[in-house]
Amino acid sequence: MLKDATAIVGIGQTAFAKQLPETEKTLACRAILAALDDAGIAPSEVDGFASYTMEETDEVEVAKAIGAGDVTFFSKVGYGGGGSCATVGHLAAAIATGQASVGVAWRSRKRGSGPRPWKNTAVQLPTPGQWTRPFGLLRPADEIGMLARRYMHEYGATRDHLFNVALACRNRANQNPAAIMYERPLTREMYMTSRWISDPLCLFDNCLETDGALACVIVGAERARDCRQKPVYVHSAAQGLPSQHHGMVNYWNDDPLSGPAWTAARHLWKQADFGPQDVDVAQIYDAFTPLVPLSLEGYGFCGRGEGGAFTEGGALEIGGRLPLNTGGGGLSEAYVHGFNLINEGVKQLRGTSTAQVPDAATCLVTAGEGVPTSAVLLRS
Amino acid sequence: MLTPVTDEDGAPFWEYAAQGELRVQSCADCGELRFPPRPCCPHCQSFASEWRLMSGRGRIWSYVFPHPPLLPDYAAQAPYNAVIVELAEDPRIRLVGNVVATPDAALDSVDPARLRIGAGVRVAFTEVDGTTVPRWRLERG
Repeated sequence: MLKDATAIVGIGQTAFAKQLPETEKTLACRAILAALDDAGIAPSEVDGFASYTMEETDEVEVAKAIGAGDVTFFSKVGYGGGGSCATVGHLAAAIATGQASVGVAWRSRKRGSGPRPWKNTAVQLPTPGQWTRPFGLLRPADEIGMLARRYMHEYGATRDHLFNVALACRNRANQNPAAIMYERPLTREMYMTSRWISDPLCLFDNCLETDGALACVIVGAERARDCRQKPVYVHSAAQGLPSQHHGMVNYWNDDPLSGPAWTAARHLWKQADFGPQDVDVAQIYDAFTPLVPLSLEGYGFCGRGEGGAFTEGGALEIGGRLPLNTGGGGLSEAYVHGFNLINEGVKQLRGTSTAQVPDAATCLVTAGEGVPTSAVLLRS
Repeated sequence: MLTPVTDEDGAPFWEYAAQGELRVQSCADCGELRFPPRPCCPHCQSFASEWRLMSGRGRIWSYVFPHPPLLPDYAAQAPYNAVIVELAEDPRIRLVGNVVATPDAALDSVDPARLRIGAGVRVAFTEVDGTTVPRWRLERG
């Protein structure tokens, strides 16, 4: 069984900024070495690696650079931001089944200073781009905007609901000195008068383009008790690829508004000793604000169509029903393809977050909704 | 403008479009329509397929108005509309496209206020950089 058999014992990160001078490989090494130091484990003990696609640094280069020993497990999960939590799930499974003993997962990105994928026409034209790109559906914001408009139409969700999501993330970033949006408050007027990116999505519905890297270290539960930090146990893990799903443009199955989150959630909760009502704090993938209400429904925090209304009354703020993205998330801390959500979940369960939820003992972390996704339940 | 780079599964769609026909792949055994095109039927696993002529009528399922930054040819027309049309034959068959005033008009040729979910549209074809693509016109022109 995977349940609580492994724990995250180290986390590390670089600075987050619009532009950092160092290469992705250097940033990756810095984050990994910081995570190992946090755990009190020597780099030579690392024998497992997991990453996800669109990662430019691979385990061969990283292992060589940090001085890892013999590596007996490595995996790379597909679908970009949908793979973040699966790296933890893969390492937990590998360690629980004896394929490795010290696992490292990481993400290094230079999205702030690097090229954006949709600008590369050679990459975007092959299928399935033939069904979307010629018609000017060019960027992820355009693709998710389509789902957002339909969601708002079908369930009466409003831009105020999306603002609630953006505001909760910004408020938490305002408490986090490492966040890009530290000391930069957001108001409703700023949100409602900001420029459109892809109507119905405005500037503040979109994540930040960021440079930075993060990593975490996973070991078996027994060893975890002897590490420097309080263990954060991997309680449950799941991936989700629903029937007839079609990547970021999931327009062609029977029900495009019930996306990969629903599939991952069913498996995640089936393995868990607790349910959505017992989650103290959540880190929900927020490349775009509409992904949050869709995920709230998918992971069972509310009923179908109720994700917008769930955000009302400060539910996502500290002290609310479900404090959300307490480091600031992709919207306001940094967009590092969701890995900062994993590390923030660990901080919450250690009791060291800059926006600490009192006595937080359980945390849901999710990966990108709209693409084949993954999620983990963490517990202290 | 970006022109479609087709694969073996998708090529017939574009070849029929060049003849002014909107055709969607369907299973030659169980008759289910499927989109995007693929080698076999997800319902009955048959590899026998045919391309069925559609009426060209549908309804807007959703839409966005992209604003810059965008690729240059698109930025020049922004904000424009991109829509998803569900076909009259089967609402699960949804095509991404653009609503235009006339088949060869610009992508921003229709007043954004006239678009709404559920609005009836009818297909039209135009040539873009040597490739014929489907466009959509509002039924209540």
